[in-house]
Amino acid sequence: MSPSAEMTLAAPAIAVTWPMRDKVAFVGVGTTRYGNFPETDSYGLGCEALSQALKDAGLKRDDIDGLIVNRIPSYERFAETMGIDPQYCLLTETPGRFSGVSMALAAQAIVSGAAKTVALVYGNNGRSVRMLYGGGDSQWSPWGMTSPGAIHAMMWRRHMHQFGTTHADLGAVSVAFRSHACLNPAAVMHGRSITLADHASARPVCEPLRLLDYCLINDGAVAWIMTSAERARDLQQPAVLLSGYARQDAFHYGSAPPDDFWLPSLTACRNVYARAGLGRDDIQGLGVYDNFSPTVMFSLEGLGFCKQGESGDFVRDGMLQLGKGRWPTNTSGGHLSDSYMQGWGLIAECVRQLRHECGERQIPDVQAMQYICATNIAQSAILRRAA
Amino acid sequence: MSLGTRPKPVIDNWNRAFWTACGEKQLILQRCLATGRCFFPPAPVSPFSGRPEWEWIRASGKGELWSFVVFHQNYFDGLKDELPYPVAMVKLDEGPYLLTNLDGMTASQARIGMRLSVRFPGGPEGFVLPQFGPAEPS
Repeated sequence: MSPSAEMTLAAPAIAVTWPMRDKVAFVGVGTTRYGNFPETDSYGLGCEALSQALKDAGLKRDDIDGLIVNRIPSYERFAETMGIDPQYCLLTETPGRFSGVSMALAAQAIVSGAAKTVALVYGNNGRSVRMLYGGGDSQWSPWGMTSPGAIHAMMWRRHMHQFGTTHADLGAVSVAFRSHACLNPAAVMHGRSITLADHASARPVCEPLRLLDYCLINDGAVAWIMTSAERARDLQQPAVLLSGYARQDAFHYGSAPPDDFWLPSLTACRNVYARAGLGRDDIQGLGVYDNFSPTVMFSLEGLGFCKQGESGDFVRDGMLQLGKGRWPTNTSGGHLSDSYMQGWGLIAECVRQLRHECGERQIPDVQAMQYICATNIAQSAILRRAA
Repeated sequence: MSLGTRPKPVIDNWNRAFWTACGEKQLILQRCLATGRCFFPPAPVSPFSGRPEWEWIRASGKGELWSFVVFHQNYFDGLKDELPYPVAMVKLDEGPYLLTNLDGMTASQARIGMRLSVRFPGGPEGFVLPQFGPAEPS
């Protein structure tokens, strides 16, 4: 038992076999460099990531009969550009919660026979086009309320009031992920370590949150290739199985920030363990959606890594930091210190960890990783290395 | 304060009555006829029954401060002069939450759980924005 086990709530018992368990595998991943690239766009970046993923998988464009495109404006134009005529194709919505949704759609397409091998391609040129995540007309714009960051700031202020957590508690999250970026030569913030004091004194963006609580907007792209576990056995990379995934939506907040930290819907996602046939103790590392540092806290509380209100104590001594804590999280640097690739990069990192190709940032002997996304479409997934 | 330069609300068939009432310095809410529960933003049906069976009621205009933030980043030209400005999340006594601003007090005086009441100090041309400040002791 890990030292943290006493602090965690019991994972649900493993009873029935979920029909999707271990049926689908990740067989290739590709990620571009992240930065400011006005000379290209989301199509150019998406093509680059997909080409990398195909090469990684040892597959050709003709092997792709399913295509899911995200954040690239047109699926038709992307398919035309890459010369792919699939039998299954769609464009998913732009928020980052749709990375996990896209993964589930691909898995369902493969298991149902709608497609054999699905390429999922995310491309974003938000930095070079100066994308501002806020402003514009909305229900709340007359009062100046806008931006996902402000929603999380509102939630964290309430959390501080209700449970006695602090802004400083978030520093452990930002510092841990930055330390991982310093081990990842490809991370945007590689070589730029930070301290808790840096986190506390960073410029305020929407108080109580400050700059180092926010993700990094960049241009870049990520691609995954998924196919059946059976076909994956014949391919060149160690197969990474999608063991289980779970989702619960909650849209009843009247367009305002939720008043429950998404706890009920995240709690419902704990059935990911039963679906995957794995318990929390079988998992060595995490990929947690970190558009803002509080999201990580809500995720840890919601999935039961600690009790509600105790996430500040839980992360304080490096619990999420590789080489220090039980739960190395976002080893690439995550959205906070690698780049905001809206969950796509986090899942690619889980795959690479499970293939044991992460060099200095490798989680020793990792066999299973868990992805968590705290939003109004709450999700969790467990990926494992095929035996 | 420069409420006159604020972004104008986006009017639709459901919220038009709300904004008209604000212009008359009244806060109104839709109330579900089946459950008696109020909801906001204005909508075609009650989320509690799924049916178009609701009525407008005049709200008490009172509530408690649920949470608040202070914007330092500029997203709207019309709010630039107000930076840094607070946005408050108020839980109305009738149940729904409103996102609003503080009037007659600063963010440093804000305490979560404090009682607040509505006031109507102004707004962009043609509109009045409800704002919230310290409730009068009742």
